[in-house]
Amino acid sequence: MTTAITETAQYMTFKLGDELFAINVAQVREVLEVSQITRIPTAPEYMRGVVNVRGKAIPVVDLRLKFGLPKGQATVHTRIVVIELEMDGEVTVVGGVADSVHEVIELEPSHINPPPTIASRWRTDLIRGMGRRGEDFIIILDINAIFSSDALALVKQSSFSAEEVAVS
Amino acid sequence: MPAPNPAETFLVEAEDLLTQIEESALELEVNQPGGECVHRLFRAFHTIKGSGAMFGFEAVAEFTHGVETTLDRYRTENLPVTAELVETVLSAKDEIKRLLEGKPAAKEWAIGIRLHPDVLKNGTNPRLLLDELAELGECQVRAHWDAVPALAAIDVHSCYVHWDARLRTEKAVEAIRDVFIFVEDGSEIRIGEAKAKEVAESARQVVTAKPAAAESTVRVPASKLDRLVNLVGELVMNQSRLSQATAGMGAPELAAPVEEIERLVGELRETVLGIRMMPIGVTFHRFKRLVHDLSAELGKEIDLVTEGAETELDKTVLDQLGDPLVHLIRNSVDHGIESGEQRRAAGKAGRGTIRLAARHMGSNVVVTIEDDGRGLNPEAIRGKAIERGLIGAEAALSEREIFQLIFLPGFSMAKEVTSVSGRGVGMDVVKRQVEALRGSVNIASTLGKGTVISLTLPLTLAIIDGLLVEIGGDQFIAPMAVVTENVELHRGDRAKNNGRNVVAVRGELIPYLYLRELFSIEGEEPEIEKIVIVRHEEQRVGLVVDRVLGSHQTVIQSLGTFYRNIDMVSGATIMGDGRVALILNMAGLVQLASQRLRTEH
Repeated sequence: MTTAITETAQYMTFKLGDELFAINVAQVREVLEVSQITRIPTAPEYMRGVVNVRGKAIPVVDLRLKFGLPKGQATVHTRIVVIELEMDGEVTVVGGVADSVHEVIELEPSHINPPPTIASRWRTDLIRGMGRRGEDFIIILDINAIFSSDALALVKQSSFSAEEVAVS
Repeated sequence: MPAPNPAETFLVEAEDLLTQIEESALELEVNQPGGECVHRLFRAFHTIKGSGAMFGFEAVAEFTHGVETTLDRYRTENLPVTAELVETVLSAKDEIKRLLEGKPAAKEWAIGIRLHPDVLKNGTNPRLLLDELAELGECQVRAHWDAVPALAAIDVHSCYVHWDARLRTEKAVEAIRDVFIFVEDGSEIRIGEAKAKEVAESARQVVTAKPAAAESTVRVPASKLDRLVNLVGELVMNQSRLSQATAGMGAPELAAPVEEIERLVGELRETVLGIRMMPIGVTFHRFKRLVHDLSAELGKEIDLVTEGAETELDKTVLDQLGDPLVHLIRNSVDHGIESGEQRRAAGKAGRGTIRLAARHMGSNVVVTIEDDGRGLNPEAIRGKAIERGLIGAEAALSEREIFQLIFLPGFSMAKEVTSVSGRGVGMDVVKRQVEALRGSVNIASTLGKGTVISLTLPLTLAIIDGLLVEIGGDQFIAPMAVVTENVELHRGDRAKNNGRNVVAVRGELIPYLYLRELFSIEGEEPEIEKIVIVRHEEQRVGLVVDRVLGSHQTVIQSLGTFYRNIDMVSGATIMGDGRVALILNMAGLVQLASQRLRTEH
């Protein structure tokens, strides 16, 4: 279960399409320009392959596809965010392809809303909260939970119909 | 660096000695004089006793003393060995191991004993009390007779003497109190823990045993070696980058030193990997005990013969080899070898033999487990596989393919569950474990004659010799150990075979996999492609690639949890130019090839 955010922390923001996402900087190791990604044959599409990060072969995941968003085009802004994850009690390093990486910001708990439970486009168990910054909302991700789940979507496939079924 | 804890050093030493004891005990031949073997056992027990006492393992020392006494008789009188002796020594070894693992803290107690003057009148003998106290542990008693009056004044029925005792025991304080339970009234019994300094004093008095002569070795934690191997891996990688860069520059003054570094790095790599090499015999001797115990349990007579114990393997491979071997040997003992009566009825010797052998074959080590038991019945396996729905009723399988069926999950041959094996943890686990080590399993059997299972394992998991190939700009590596030859494939030839992917190599038809298609690599293939012929588990398969680039020292990196379900690729390596090349997984590819071949027929 995702726990509420109680401390001020720094977050790195990145964009997929028009949505702004944030990851706690403590989990970001570095940000790389997209170099040659070696594809792993027969792997699912969202697993883009492996890249050489300082002499280590690191798996790369397409965040758009992993989150269930439509496939994107590589641009000059496309980056690989190298993230440290905890999976099954072990620290694993994975690269995530983002459309663009923006900035590192500080968010106080008072500026973070808990994940909305109704009418949300997003799977709330994979989100730590919604950060507010001026007019913008930033989706703060629970990156460990996202990569621990095999599911290929952060977006609810049919956010409304599910609730309708539950009511009826 | 902190000084090593002496007690830990003792534990490590004791572990070695216990291993020696087990080895020697299993070497003993019943009804023969023990000779050097008994001497060796005696010395090992003696060392454990001496060092054990020195480091405060009193219970171990005391227990070992008894065993030592027994052995001493066999030693000095050179008595013939009995089966009971072997059993006693083995169970003594287990008991010592148990004592070492769960060592209760022995405490030293200072006890003041001042009995009521009238105890003698009640028929109590203080001497018996003190003897009882001494039985609790290591005990030193000092009598004080300062209260004894002049001879004329002595009342012979009174007790004037009092004692101070120092007792070292693991028993609880209640046990000490119990000794004095009947004399408590009017007596003064003080029991307190002795001070550490005094304990050290008394410990120093214990005679130390001379450690057994050993080869001059240094014990190093395995983690340090792993770190060293990783560093050498990185060095090899960077060295190949350096070589590539200098080759492009065409600077002769750089060429010579770079070449020299290449040679040195190569030598360093060999040496470092060599450090991790350990003789497989360490694992083998464990199995002697296993077979000894299991055959006794099942009432069978089985000899375990080992060969090639000196064959060396990387420690990481060796560590992970134990489980599959235990499983295979259990299988041989339980299902392979028949009971004595069955064997004699079949015209075989009553004693069964399991042969466990290791030998080098190229850059692999082959471990074989061979029994002269009942062998596998292909018809029974076939029937069982059909019953389990693993194959269709009409499937035409060769004997080899039928034997491979027992490696499928959910296939267990045992008719009934015994305590030894047949609990559903099947051969599929063995196969998986061996394949995780980049090895392969092969099985051959003759009904009524016996079964041979061979495990082919790489010498090391860290760095391999690889054949670098290219398909549409992507680079792949095939472990050199499995590559037998390369042949050309012309575009025209492919069409001629009516889409059937087979190639004739010196009269043998070999199926091949079109990797470009299999890996969905885009682009046009060259006019002339190469087929790399590999051999895996006695099966030959061709892999079609664009070009063969040459041999490559490959530092293997795991692809991690994200790609654990990928069968075609078993790892990655960083090339000199920083690109990532993938290591082809032969087990997965060959399996795919044989599946395709079956559906084509």
